[in-house]
Amino acid sequence: MKRLIGLACLLLLAVAAPARAEVAVTEVRGPESGVTAWLVEDRTAPVVSLALAFTGGAALDPAEKAGRARLLAGTLDEGAGELSSPAFRKALEDDSIELSFSARRDEFSGQLKTLAERRDRAFELLGLALSQPRFDADPVARVKSQILAALERDAEDPQTLAMRRLMAELFKGHPYARPTAGTPETVADLNRDDLLAAARATLVRDRLLVTVVGAITPAELAPLLDVAFADLPETAPQQAPVPDTTPRPPASPEQATVHIAKDLPQAVAAFAQPGIRRDDPDWYAAYVLNYILGGGGFSSRLMQTVRVDNGLAYSVYSYLYPFDHAALWLGGVATSADRIDRSLDLIREEWRKMAENGPTATELADAKTYLTGAWALRFTSTDGIAGLLLAARREGLGEDYVNRRNDFIEAVTLGDLKRLAARHLDADQVLTVVVGPKAQ
Amino acid sequence: MSPLARRLTLLALVILPLALPSPARAEVFGAETATLKNGLQVVVVPNHRGPVIHHMVWYKVGAADEPPGKSGLAHLLEHLMFKGTEKVPAGEFSKIVARNGGRDNAFTGSDYTAYHQTIARDRLPLVMELEADRLANLRLAEEDFQTERQVVLEERLSRVENEPAALLAERLDLALWVTHPYRNPVIGWEDEIKALTRTDALAFHAAHYAPNNAILVVAGDVTLDEVLPLAEKFFGPIPAAEVAERTRPERLPPPARATIEMAHPRVAQASFRRLYPAPAASDPTGDTPALEVLGEILGGGGSSRLYRRLVVDDAVATTAGLWVDPHGRDYATVGLYGRPRPPHTLNDLEAAMDAEISRLLADGVSAEEVAGAIDKLTARVAYARDDLATGAEVLGRALATGSTVAEVEAWPERIAEVTPQRVMAVARAVLGGERAVTGLLRPAASAPETSAPEARQ
Repeated sequence: MKRLIGLACLLLLAVAAPARAEVAVTEVRGPESGVTAWLVEDRTAPVVSLALAFTGGAALDPAEKAGRARLLAGTLDEGAGELSSPAFRKALEDDSIELSFSARRDEFSGQLKTLAERRDRAFELLGLALSQPRFDADPVARVKSQILAALERDAEDPQTLAMRRLMAELFKGHPYARPTAGTPETVADLNRDDLLAAARATLVRDRLLVTVVGAITPAELAPLLDVAFADLPETAPQQAPVPDTTPRPPASPEQATVHIAKDLPQAVAAFAQPGIRRDDPDWYAAYVLNYILGGGGFSSRLMQTVRVDNGLAYSVYSYLYPFDHAALWLGGVATSADRIDRSLDLIREEWRKMAENGPTATELADAKTYLTGAWALRFTSTDGIAGLLLAARREGLGEDYVNRRNDFIEAVTLGDLKRLAARHLDADQVLTVVVGPKAQ
Repeated sequence: MSPLARRLTLLALVILPLALPSPARAEVFGAETATLKNGLQVVVVPNHRGPVIHHMVWYKVGAADEPPGKSGLAHLLEHLMFKGTEKVPAGEFSKIVARNGGRDNAFTGSDYTAYHQTIARDRLPLVMELEADRLANLRLAEEDFQTERQVVLEERLSRVENEPAALLAERLDLALWVTHPYRNPVIGWEDEIKALTRTDALAFHAAHYAPNNAILVVAGDVTLDEVLPLAEKFFGPIPAAEVAERTRPERLPPPARATIEMAHPRVAQASFRRLYPAPAASDPTGDTPALEVLGEILGGGGSSRLYRRLVVDDAVATTAGLWVDPHGRDYATVGLYGRPRPPHTLNDLEAAMDAEISRLLADGVSAEEVAGAIDKLTARVAYARDDLATGAEVLGRALATGSTVAEVEAWPERIAEVTPQRVMAVARAVLGGERAVTGLLRPAASAPETSAPEARQ
C-alpha cells in the first residue's frame, strides 16, 4: 500500500484506475430446453439471483391495448398451475422467494432471488408462473384496480407528467409515444384473453435471455433451467416489428418548451434531444461526455452551475437512454416556480458551451478514473451482478465484456469528445417540458 | 438514474431487520470491533466478493438533537460538511473521491448523521484521511453557507411541499410525538431553515462532531488488523472532546388518539395511514424481536393478514400493510397504511383495518404464523449479507441508536426465541394502546390560486 503524502498532493494527482471487476462467466445449457444462462458462481452469501429478459416489451402492445405488457407483469405471479393466487403468493413467501416481473418499452423482465437451499422450489415456481399462469378473474381485477389507481396518481405527479408528455411529443405516432402502463381507458378494457395473447406473444424461448449469480454450480443449474423454461413455446406467432425511429425536434424556438399548468410550489422540468444508440461506435464517447455534462453528480457541469454556484436546485442531471429503436439524451431539474426559467437558461448555456468547446483534458482524465474505478463498485450483490450481465447479454457484448468494459472507456480521446459534442449536442434540438404554475 | 447526492433519511423505509440466517452459532455479519483511545469506535464487516470497500462515519447526532427553533440544522450541517477545510477546498471532497473511482454521499436521520464512500480497497487511507480532516478542520465561507441553505430549501420543496402525502406526514409526526423532538421533520420547517446561520452550523459541529461521538464502519475486502492502524493514523490524533448530552424528554404526554384530515387539490386518491410509538430496541420494557414478528404477520407482504383480508378477500383496499421501524434511539415506530378500492371509502378502509386489528387482539396469533414470520425474518439476514453496504448500514445505525454489535450479531437467535405469547404482549401494548395518530388524505376539488391546503385536527 502506497504511503500517503497529504491531501494537498492528492488533489493534483489524476490517479490510475483502481479496482477491476473480474468475474468468470460460464455458459450453462438446459439439456432439454436448450435455454442457456450465463452463470457466475459466487459464495459470498448463501443466495442465488436470476435475471431474465424477453426482448420486445410494451412497445409490442397493440395501440388500443396499451398497458397490456404491464398488466401481464402484474398478474404473472398471481396464480399458476394448481396454485390459486393466494396459494402462489404464500408459496413464494413461505420460502422467502422473491419473484417479480416488469415491463419496459423494449423488454419484459423478471428477477428471482432465493436462498441457495431453496432453489429447487424457486425455479419450480418461476416455471409455473411463466408457463401456466392462471389469470383468474379476481386477481386480474385486483391488479387492474391497482394499475388504474397508480395511473390516477400519475396524473398528479409532476415528474411522471413531464416524462410522459416528453415521450408523447418526441415520438408522436410511434409506440414509444405511449405510456408503458397504458391509459385508464385501455387498461379498463383489458381482459383475460388479452393476457393470454400477451403471454403467447412475449414469453417464448427465442426471445429469452437469462443470467444467474450466486451459490450454485453449473451442474446444479442446468436441470433447473429446464424446470423453469422447458415448457415455454419456442417462438411467438408472427407480429409486426417495432420500427426504428428518430425523436422529433422542436419545430421552432417557440415550440421548444411545452408548459403543463399545475399549481406547484416547485416546477419540475424534463428535457431531451436525440441521443446515441447503444451500438453506435460513439457510444462510449457519449457516455463519457454525458458524465462530464450532467451524469457525474457533483463532478458534472450542470450540478456545478445550477446547484453549487447558484443554489437553484437540489437535483439536476442528464443521462443517455438508448432504446432498441431510437435513442435520447435526457435530463431533468426541479426549481422553485419563480426561478425555473433561470435554471433552464443555465442548462441551455452549458449545453451550448459543451457543443462549442467540448470538455477539457482534465475533465476527460477525471471522468475516466471515475468511470473505470466505479465499474467494480457495481459488482457488490448477486442481483446487481446478474443485472449487469443481463444488460451485456441484451446488447450482444460477449461473456467477457464486463472484464473488458474499462478498455472501451480508456480508449476514448479528447478528439472523440470534441467531435461528438460539436456534431451531436444541439441546444436548439432540446425539447423541454415544464410542469408548474405559468410564469408571471 | 438521478444522482441524488446528500440524501436525507426520513423515518421508516429501511425495514431491514438486524437479522441474519445461517447455521448454529454463526454470526450475522461476522463483525469485529475495537475502540481507539480517543473514543472512536471502529467496526469492520468482512465481505470479500471483490476488491472494494464501503466506508462510513456515523455521528451520534441528528435532527432530534437540534436546539429548539433550529430544526433542519443537523441536515444542513451534513450538506455543509462538503464545503471544505484548509486542505480541501469547498466542493472538492466528492470530486476527489470520484477521481479515485469512488462514490460518496451522506444522510441525516433523527438520531444520526452518516457519511459514506464506496471505493477500491487500496483507497481506504484516502477516504479515511478525508473524513478525519473534515471532522477536525471544517471551514465554512459565508457565501457557500448561503448558497447551500438555498439548496436545502429547494430540497424541501422537492421532498415535502410538492408532495401532499409528505405534508400530511409532517403533521402526523407533530401530533404523535407532541413534546419529543421526533416531532420535527429531519429537513426542518421552512421558516426555521431560513433563519439558520453559519454560526449555528459551526457551533453544532463543535458540540457534536468528535471521535468519541462517532463510529467508523468499514465493510468489504479488509480486516480489523488492516483498518485499525489506519484509523489510528488518521483519526487517532484528533482529541476526544466534550460532547453535548443528548437530552430527550423522559416520556411522552399522556396517551391520546388523534386523527388528522387533509384535503389537497393535488391528491388524486385518498389514502390512510396510522402511526403508533413503541419502545426502542434498547428499552428493556420493549420487545423488538416480537414486534418485528408481529409486523410480519399482520402486514409484511402479500400473504400478511392485512393484505389478505383487505386487498385480496374483501377488496376494500388496493393496498394495505404495516411496517415496523425499530431504529429510533428513543422509540420505535409502527405504521399502518392503505388506499381504498372504489367503491369503498376511506372510512370503510379504516373500519376494516380496525376490525383486523381487533381480531388479532381477540383471537391471537398461531404458532404456525410465528414460525413462518421467524423464517422470513431469518432469510432476510442472508439477503442482507449479499450486499456490500447493508452490513455497514445495519451496524452503524444500531450503534448510533443504542444497540451493540453483539445484539446485532445475535439477531437470528433472538428472533428464533419469539413465542406467540410475546407477539400478543407487544400487540396489546402497541396496537391495543391509546396512543396513535391517524392520517386521512383526500382529494380536494381544484382550488383557486390562493387557497392553501387545509389541515385540521
